[in-house]
Amino acid sequence: MSEETTTKTSYHIPVGPIHPALKEPVYFEFELSGERIIDVTVKLGHVHRGVEWAGMRRNPIQVLYLAERICGICSYCHPAAFTLAVENAADIKVPERAEYLRVIQAELERICSHMLWAGVAAHEIGFDTVLYFTWQIREKALDLTEYLTGNRVTKGIMTIGGIRRDITSDMLPRVKRDMQFFKDNFEKLRHIFLDDKTVKMRSQNAGILKKDDAIKLCAVGPTTRASGVKKDVRTGESYFAYGDLDVKCITPKDLTGTVNGDVYDRIIQRLLEVKQAIELIEQCIDEMPAGDIVSEPKIPKLMNQIKKVEGEGVGRHEAPRGEVIHYVKLDGKSDHPYTWKVRAPTYNNILPWIPMLKGEQIADIPIVAASTDPCMSCTNRVAVVKDSKRYELTKEQLHKLSIEKTRRLMK
Amino acid sequence: MRFSMLSSVFAQMFKKPWTNKFPAKYAPSNTTQFLKDVKDGKAEIIPPIPPEKGFRGKIQYDKEKCIGCKLCIKYCPCEAIEFKPKEKKIKIYLARCCFCSQCNDVCPTNCLTMGEEFLLADADPYSKDLIVE
Repeated sequence: MSEETTTKTSYHIPVGPIHPALKEPVYFEFELSGERIIDVTVKLGHVHRGVEWAGMRRNPIQVLYLAERICGICSYCHPAAFTLAVENAADIKVPERAEYLRVIQAELERICSHMLWAGVAAHEIGFDTVLYFTWQIREKALDLTEYLTGNRVTKGIMTIGGIRRDITSDMLPRVKRDMQFFKDNFEKLRHIFLDDKTVKMRSQNAGILKKDDAIKLCAVGPTTRASGVKKDVRTGESYFAYGDLDVKCITPKDLTGTVNGDVYDRIIQRLLEVKQAIELIEQCIDEMPAGDIVSEPKIPKLMNQIKKVEGEGVGRHEAPRGEVIHYVKLDGKSDHPYTWKVRAPTYNNILPWIPMLKGEQIADIPIVAASTDPCMSCTNRVAVVKDSKRYELTKEQLHKLSIEKTRRLMK
Repeated sequence: MRFSMLSSVFAQMFKKPWTNKFPAKYAPSNTTQFLKDVKDGKAEIIPPIPPEKGFRGKIQYDKEKCIGCKLCIKYCPCEAIEFKPKEKKIKIYLARCCFCSQCNDVCPTNCLTMGEEFLLADADPYSKDLIVE
């Protein structure tokens, strides 16, 4: 077929909100020319659950368990950020041992999350043997989580002013043994992901996010670090025990010497972070001081203290997917928070999809989209995305819209 | 290297799978019939992997120790606990419970503990097994 006879008009493909290829509801609209993607529109807001509203009708201790249920995989980092926000507002000091224990839990969650992601990424490119291999390692991490916290997924370990369970000396051999297991298997996993031709073929030069774009679009976590931006809350802000530990902001440059910002770099980035997490847990176990694990063991007394506080606090935590921010305002009258606002990391990592996907092929969509480790249910807040313009609805606007709809229906 | 997983795949063919085949090796076509057979001793349930020490399972309630202070009701995140004003005791609906063990922490007399039982699925949320009192 000659150049003149080909039709040059592009066509649209809508994908989602409910689609077999997607694990969570999100709506894409692709503008395609043949196999190439010319433009992408992302629409969110399909799983808004009103978690923040529910949180404003509960006391901070109850909100901890509600925050845990924002996301199944990040079931530690949301209560952690909420606790940091309340501690910031109420000026509660945390015992030093609890700070170290908090780091151990946070890094264990990072191992679980990145292992799960590595499996999903392998599954997206059709390499299912690696999916089973990584999830076998993850199973060990989940067993360790169950041993340390009492449950596999909803850990319920965080509390305001400390942590709920201690790691006693008789538990340490098990932790050390599992860390050795992760280290042994990490080498194998590194070899599979970094040297295998199948993975390289699909991930190198796919879904490139340039450093400028990453900064401009405020990408967070491994997504931005894989593009060479040194952004990490663990090094940027001293919280938990990260100030005492040897934490470096790592980028793929540490291993390969160059930063391309492609899917391959994001794989390297996450694998390096797993290694860093193992090292951090080992460091914590060695350096952990003895002492209390909660500042105030009597919860009613703690609640009375929080009840009197009038002020606001911000909690920032480096979740496996990036920076999670919780904002809490306490009014000093009731024991419920006056306001609670959550910003999950995927919220920032949605817009980088647009530069990543432009110019790619349709078959690359799953792996490129999965490379930012998206979590839709965490992301859906009051923000409304319509025609790729983001805006938030105020009460008056919502009311107006509601009246308009009623009028429309009456006609 | 092209086939880095190949050795693991071949090795796996001769290994026992990691999965514990609970409750039976093959999914029974009729669950009620299977449970009946187990009762009659015709079939056997492959036991689940026991939970770790400190697992948060079904709540155990020591009624004698309870003083009716209502603290657990105040701190329960999912409002699963009901107060019985006549007896001054509590009633826990496990269908609403999220197994966080917060009530265990606030209880001044330690009358609540977490058990190890976790097979609590039931068609009726108000069945006898799902109410602790």
